[in-house]
Amino acid sequence: MTTLTKNKISELILNQAPSFNSFPQLREKGRTITLGNGLPASKDEEYKFTSISKKLEQTLDNFSLSKKTVLDLNLIQSHLFEGFDGDLLVFNNGNYEKSLSSVNQTGIEVSSLNDSMPVSLGTIAKTEKDPFISLNNIYFEDGIFIKVKKNHKIDKPVFFLFFNKANQGQVISPRILIEVEENAEVSFLENTISLDESPYLCNVVTEIKVGQNAHVHYNRHQSENRNSIVVNNFETDIHRDATFTSVVISLSGDMVRNNLTLNLLDSGCEGNMYGLYLLNGKTHVDNHTNVDHTKPHSESNELYKGILADNSRGVFNGKIFVRQDAQKTNAFQQNNNILLSDDATVNTKPQLEIWADDVKCSHGCTTGQLDEEALFYLRARGLSKDQAKGMLLFAFAGEVLEHVSDESFKKYLTDIVQERLGSNF
Amino acid sequence: MLVIKNLHASIDGAPILRGINLEVKAGEVHAIMGPNGSGKSTLASVLAGREEYEVTEGEVLFKGKDLLALAPEERAREGVFLAFQYPVEIPGVSTTNFLRTAVNQVREYRGLNPLDAVKFLSVMKEKMKLVEIDQKLMSRSLNEGFSGGEKKRNEIFQMAMLEPTLSILDETDSGLDIDALRIVSNGVNQLKSSETATIVVTHYQRLLDYIVPDFVHVLFNGRIVKSGTKDLALDLEEKGYDWIKEEVKAASV
Repeated sequence: MTTLTKNKISELILNQAPSFNSFPQLREKGRTITLGNGLPASKDEEYKFTSISKKLEQTLDNFSLSKKTVLDLNLIQSHLFEGFDGDLLVFNNGNYEKSLSSVNQTGIEVSSLNDSMPVSLGTIAKTEKDPFISLNNIYFEDGIFIKVKKNHKIDKPVFFLFFNKANQGQVISPRILIEVEENAEVSFLENTISLDESPYLCNVVTEIKVGQNAHVHYNRHQSENRNSIVVNNFETDIHRDATFTSVVISLSGDMVRNNLTLNLLDSGCEGNMYGLYLLNGKTHVDNHTNVDHTKPHSESNELYKGILADNSRGVFNGKIFVRQDAQKTNAFQQNNNILLSDDATVNTKPQLEIWADDVKCSHGCTTGQLDEEALFYLRARGLSKDQAKGMLLFAFAGEVLEHVSDESFKKYLTDIVQERLGSNF
Repeated sequence: MLVIKNLHASIDGAPILRGINLEVKAGEVHAIMGPNGSGKSTLASVLAGREEYEVTEGEVLFKGKDLLALAPEERAREGVFLAFQYPVEIPGVSTTNFLRTAVNQVREYRGLNPLDAVKFLSVMKEKMKLVEIDQKLMSRSLNEGFSGGEKKRNEIFQMAMLEPTLSILDETDSGLDIDALRIVSNGVNQLKSSETATIVVTHYQRLLDYIVPDFVHVLFNGRIVKSGTKDLALDLEEKGYDWIKEEVKAASV
């Protein structure tokens, strides 16, 4: 038995992982932690319902970093949603493609990580927080650094468009760092396109600093191929009087794990987390969210909703942490699920840790079937069973979709969801 | 229009209707009265197609068709309308969008062109007057946060929009104050014609002051035990149901 690795998967990974000269400290730390801890085992509380190591072992055989694939403007054009108007950032297997991107708005600066070498990389999403952050530290080749400058309101959205396709390696490792300076405002959109059906691990780390009184909206659409394993570590530091809103719409993939962490670092912060997962087949989506209230007078709102068919599985774990200092905190959390089949599963767990005594916190979760009485009511007015079902499910999902900040992107997502719900799912 | 023959129905194996016979012709208003638990609402539910009820015997013909063979939505499209005793609140579904889908579904079935948005809104405005329903309610989620009276008015408003041939009002008067009752009854009366028929299921004679029935039937233990004119309703108001129960008991001895 080797003393170096915890499990077989981390041995495989460490043998096949790339080696880069940039960001030496981060790389080293990633390597040390991965060597020491390995990837999460099933007894790991944080990954209890999501046996990701097993899934990786079963699905992938080449843990080398995937090389770039061929992208051209026509392909990119075909994946822009109708009405898109904004800055475009194209990623090729996790690497920023400057020549295929276009950034024209003033107040926003975009560079590759290797060009700009930001010292703050890895200071928000700390290496030791999650095994997949360590892994990303080892694997990311280059990434992107975005700076939104002080007092600038960026009118049009900034659209991340990721193209993924395993190419001589099955690991894709995007790395994003965003700094939004004081009083700035910006809205990000994100879409990931799988170029074929082959399996891969896409392991993303996104770090965002939301400066004082800045306002940031981040909308993500997750519809990767049915063999993909996706891990997202998305962490934001939110400073005084700043607002951050996350919307995540998860529609497909083999196994998806989203870690979303909002650090409300000061007073007057507002953090909002909205999620919708529409799952069928064997798709497994796990949303782990974490909001940390550290100072008085901050607010967080959270609403995650799921509709699950077939053998799909949803996991929701919502942690709210209210520190002793964080008096007058308002924190709300809600998770609602509709199961459309007997074989679909949901594991939901609110986790509240409250150390202050003058706070308002509430949480609730429901899991059930479609309301039969409502279904009959609609049918008694002439709607077919499918129509009535679609209407009820869409109403359920709509509560999350309405939080998408860009109207065209909202329309794009709404159409996809509506089509899914109108058909036999 | 509607012929019910020897209808038996049960829920979870417990028989509720034990042989109902009733004929309703176009232009008629029938009131179905009876004590609690006599099967009034079950009859309304079975006619509308609620799936929890199992029809164990008998048949129902609607305009010559086997009504019981049709799905609830097909019955609605054929022209059967049930005004719910407890209208369901449906968050996230706007009343207007829902009604437009319903109206066009029904129109399509009847071989009519769908109403476009403009035409639909003008029809809606016109029908809203019938039940004095507030425009504001129309942009809200279906029945969500509506008062009891608003919910019942919304039922009659939907009835006006869908133009059924047979309307079944299931205790539409329960819980209404006199003003609301007047408004709801007014709506129903204005929608009456020589081609349509109405079945009014009620617990109280009061409603029949406003919607005057041609026939009154008393349901007891799952059977119609007495039929008469509107005078029967007045008798019931005065004497209650006990004398009917006595009569039934005497007859069965």
